[in-house]
Amino acid sequence: MGCFLTNSSVGKKLVMSISGCFLVLFILFHMSMNLTMIFSREGYNLICEFLGANWYALAGTALLAAGVLVHFVYAFILTINNYRARGKQRYAVTVQEKGVSWASKNMLVLGMIVILGLGLHLVHFWSKMQLVEVAGCEYATLTLDGVTATAHPANGALLMAFTFSKWYNVVIYLLWFAALWFHLTHGVWSMFQTAGFANDTWYPRLKCLANIVATLIFLGFAIVVVVCYFKSGEYFTEMANWHPAH
Amino acid sequence: MNFTLKIWRQKDAKSQGAFETYQVNDISADTSFLEMMDILNNNLIHEGKEPVAFDHDCREGICGMCSMHINGHAHGPSQAVTTCQMYMRKFKDGSTITIEPWRSAAFPVIRDLVVDRGAYDKILQAGGFISVRTNSVPDGNAIPIPKADADESMDAAACVGCGACAATCKNGSAMLFVAARVSSLAKLPQGRVEGARRAKAMVAKMDELGFGNCTNTGACQAQCPKSISIAHIARLNREFLAAKLKD
Repeated sequence: MGCFLTNSSVGKKLVMSISGCFLVLFILFHMSMNLTMIFSREGYNLICEFLGANWYALAGTALLAAGVLVHFVYAFILTINNYRARGKQRYAVTVQEKGVSWASKNMLVLGMIVILGLGLHLVHFWSKMQLVEVAGCEYATLTLDGVTATAHPANGALLMAFTFSKWYNVVIYLLWFAALWFHLTHGVWSMFQTAGFANDTWYPRLKCLANIVATLIFLGFAIVVVVCYFKSGEYFTEMANWHPAH
Repeated sequence: MNFTLKIWRQKDAKSQGAFETYQVNDISADTSFLEMMDILNNNLIHEGKEPVAFDHDCREGICGMCSMHINGHAHGPSQAVTTCQMYMRKFKDGSTITIEPWRSAAFPVIRDLVVDRGAYDKILQAGGFISVRTNSVPDGNAIPIPKADADESMDAAACVGCGACAATCKNGSAMLFVAARVSSLAKLPQGRVEGARRAKAMVAKMDELGFGNCTNTGACQAQCPKSISIAHIARLNREFLAAKLKD
């Protein structure tokens, strides 16, 4: 039974579907967590502190990394298979078929953009938070508009204010979210189809659900980034002298 | 009507092919696409040239023999019809029409526009049948079948096995064809019995023959001359996964 997930086309697609579903659920959690930032920086840091480098957060991070890795590796295995199956000779004339979304034909490219953005995101935040705690590195010192602060690993709000005070980071993150939006408009309904939970009645509903989920995720993340850009100075000063309660 | 035809010419499976351009004039708007090809071949024979090889048989849209990738569409730009059912009125007078063979690693070109679609036969032989005692014809109403099931089965059975799905799919996937066969039998009591074995055998053969993986673009159903829905692919996924989980 175990091998059909690695040696059959439908099984490999199921792995993509389940790992994708897991990543969507994580992203929804991450987005909800980020939204706290708008209402309370203290509250946001409480969540950062709660997660930190505790065993459950580390186990979660490892599981998440495994999820990303499986989704990524299988995407490449499937794409190489597909490229071979298409044959060496390509069509001279091609068209965009009716009802076929652009995203559905460019999932790998969109996924690569998402992975590149993820790399940058890890450098911006994870390397200054959980990694610092685990590795016991020195805390970073950040300066914004003449205010200098030491970035405690649980002071996520300070890092957010600092990172999104730079306009180019805002642009890069928004482009990243846009790529994720396209990826999810196809990915979310597609995971139901691959697992076999779809039919002609449910296609419009599932595609609508995919658009809603993708848009919610885009807006949820984008709003935090934009608000942080406009209020970066205020938030930075507010959190400059923050220390964890425990 | 006058047309410029850009047609893929290839001597045999091992030769390198290339596009050649031909001119056909005074074609009636009500000429079918294959009749237009016949006229071109007639002209070529009169000129002492080699006619263009292309597949065709019933010319009624039921045998699945005709193929051709016309102006970027499998079976041409008309919706839900095979190449033989398409008429020249669909094209603009004076336009250039590009005609290519199916392109898929599992469908090698034999000559010009003719490809070997034997891979589909091999998938069918792997499980696209029901095992029954051959005897006198059974009573058609002996086993009651709900109308909705019978309709769905018939919709899937409309597949003519032409290969347009794999030829259109950017992944060269044969899932729509396999799904139609699995689905049409799975919805009927006679086919239900061997459902699990069939789904596993046909998917395994499809993978073995080098077809790609379905990424749910839906391009196959858009180009299918019989408008087979990708809902049948969802059923194939269900059938296959349920069968594997029971193993």
